[in-house]
Amino acid sequence: MSKHLLEVKNLRIEFPTRRGLLTAIDDVSFHIDEGEVLGVVGESGAGKSLTGAAIIGLLEPPGRVAGGEIIMNGRRIDNLGYEEMRKIRGREIGAIFQDPLTSLNPLYTVGRQLTETIMTHTDMTPTKARERAIELLTEVGIPAPEKRVDQYPHQFSGGMRQRVVIALALCVNPKLVVADEPTTALDVSIQAQIIALLKKLCRDHGTAVMLVTHDMGVIAETADRVAVMYAGRIAEVGPVRQVVKQAKHPYTEGLMGSIPMIGHTGEKLQQIEGSMPRLTNIPTGCAFNPRCPKAFDRCFKERPNTIDVDGTEVACWLYDKEAAHV
Amino acid sequence: MAAFILRRLAQSIIVMLVVGLVAFFMFQFLGDPVNQMVGVDTPVAEREALRERLGLNDPLIIRFGKFVVNAAQLEFGLSYQHKSPVTDLLLERMPATIELSMVSAVIAFALALPAGVYTGLYRNRWSSKAMLTLSLIGISVPTFLIGILFIYLFAVVLGWLPSFGRGDVVTLPGGWTTGLLTASGLKAIILPALTLGLFTLTLIMRLIRAEMLEVLRTDYIKFARARGLTNRAVNFGHALKNTLVPVITVTGLLLGNLIAFAIITESVFQWPGMGRLFLQSIQEVDLPVMSAYLVMISFLFVVLNLVVDILYYVVDPRLRVEGHGSGH
Repeated sequence: MSKHLLEVKNLRIEFPTRRGLLTAIDDVSFHIDEGEVLGVVGESGAGKSLTGAAIIGLLEPPGRVAGGEIIMNGRRIDNLGYEEMRKIRGREIGAIFQDPLTSLNPLYTVGRQLTETIMTHTDMTPTKARERAIELLTEVGIPAPEKRVDQYPHQFSGGMRQRVVIALALCVNPKLVVADEPTTALDVSIQAQIIALLKKLCRDHGTAVMLVTHDMGVIAETADRVAVMYAGRIAEVGPVRQVVKQAKHPYTEGLMGSIPMIGHTGEKLQQIEGSMPRLTNIPTGCAFNPRCPKAFDRCFKERPNTIDVDGTEVACWLYDKEAAHV
Repeated sequence: MAAFILRRLAQSIIVMLVVGLVAFFMFQFLGDPVNQMVGVDTPVAEREALRERLGLNDPLIIRFGKFVVNAAQLEFGLSYQHKSPVTDLLLERMPATIELSMVSAVIAFALALPAGVYTGLYRNRWSSKAMLTLSLIGISVPTFLIGILFIYLFAVVLGWLPSFGRGDVVTLPGGWTTGLLTASGLKAIILPALTLGLFTLTLIMRLIRAEMLEVLRTDYIKFARARGLTNRAVNFGHALKNTLVPVITVTGLLLGNLIAFAIITESVFQWPGMGRLFLQSIQEVDLPVMSAYLVMISFLFVVLNLVVDILYYVVDPRLRVEGHGSGH
């Protein structure tokens, strides 16, 4: 039995469409340990959010988990019924969505949404739950929480609302939080605050985070390990320092090269030629092969295995030592 | 809130004055009522006397002033045809119409709400699809045809329910007559109430369904699910409440429609209500009855609109903020 908090094994997500089956997530495996922050990066459409949705069991039909396993705390959760999964959502796995402006129900006070969540998962009385709600609002840094608890979402600013959303995600101390681009919709000035808050709270509570984002800066600062996704597959998973400083996979290299650095004036930013393939025509072999500057014969024929290179798992034939000697 | 209601009241009064103007000017355009009331061989002097008695010789502006003042006191003059006060005629028939409308409203809303929610939540079940297809009938088949079909099936073929009239009525203290307390009265109201309410039922059901589908796609519903709330809390606590604002608007107006357009149902089922009185008054160019009916129905719509506006405030906190809301 593994000791990982969350383990995703060979996950495969399919969408039946009129023009045949689309495989949106293909053979994705990774794990998250207790209290660890795993950053998940990749272009739009790489399947980051979809993987997150599958973990909390809220894939939108017709999408469905077609293969693989998701194991939380030693228990398989991808095949649970709606009601069993509901009890895990919020209680063991919290979620934070992209847009705080639309994540809260406009017709209920912030306090009601908090107490309702708390009381769904615990036996607290309404009075106790309310106290806890005020406590949580204090914890996420909302001033005058006794007054704010009875206000409606529209009376909060975007950043404040995301704080409320974080309070909601953490209100019954889940072991894992899936944060799907929690700062994308916010002002740049607020983003850092929210990330710092999320990081602090999760460290205090020992909560693990799956942080889905486009923002490499956020990843470099927050994550312990990084998973890079491309076209529904994992390109590379490893400790954040290694992935950022010594990217192994050519795609990650390109990704890192496209980040502007302070001090490197006059240098042109790298860009990755071409664009990610549509799900309908992912090339055989490595999905990245049409854009890869280092691609060779084998990349067009066989899909790469994951290869361990100095603690980083890379799906790239460049690192297949046995083959290199052939 | 109080300021808002006052403002709406002022608007309502303006609307009513405009309606009053229209109702009043009908008298100017629909021919000389005296000709309708007397025989061909009535002497001119006698006609003049009648004009004088009906107040048809005063200047226009005075007549309009009088009309408004009287209307405000529910005085619409004498019916040309019945030679008795219009208000009495209308009040006498009002209970029948109100009862019919209310019963069909209750039937319509009581069925539309669960049907709309069900078809919204389980849109892929065949039962939902069947209900949607059936609801097209309610929307597209005209009321009189439905009434006639009902009469044919339930009164003529099966013989279960009466095809016309109100059955036995009981007079309550205050002069309100009701058919809801007698067996024959209850039997008599079923067919007309269903006929009248079918359109409303299907329209509201489809509206609730469409709104549910819309709301179920929103982020806050997804987030509510992600928080592990029970299905019941998500569907009824979070989703249904958010569908209410547009539903209340349409429902308020449809309630007015039920009363105003009871005319057709009343004539199909020979229902002794205001609508039939109105139809007769049109045939006989009985202007005071027509204008009184017009004013009354408009008043009803104005009141319903006011109620709808106030309900918005109750349902949606975003409208309740005082000018200095924080965070903006």
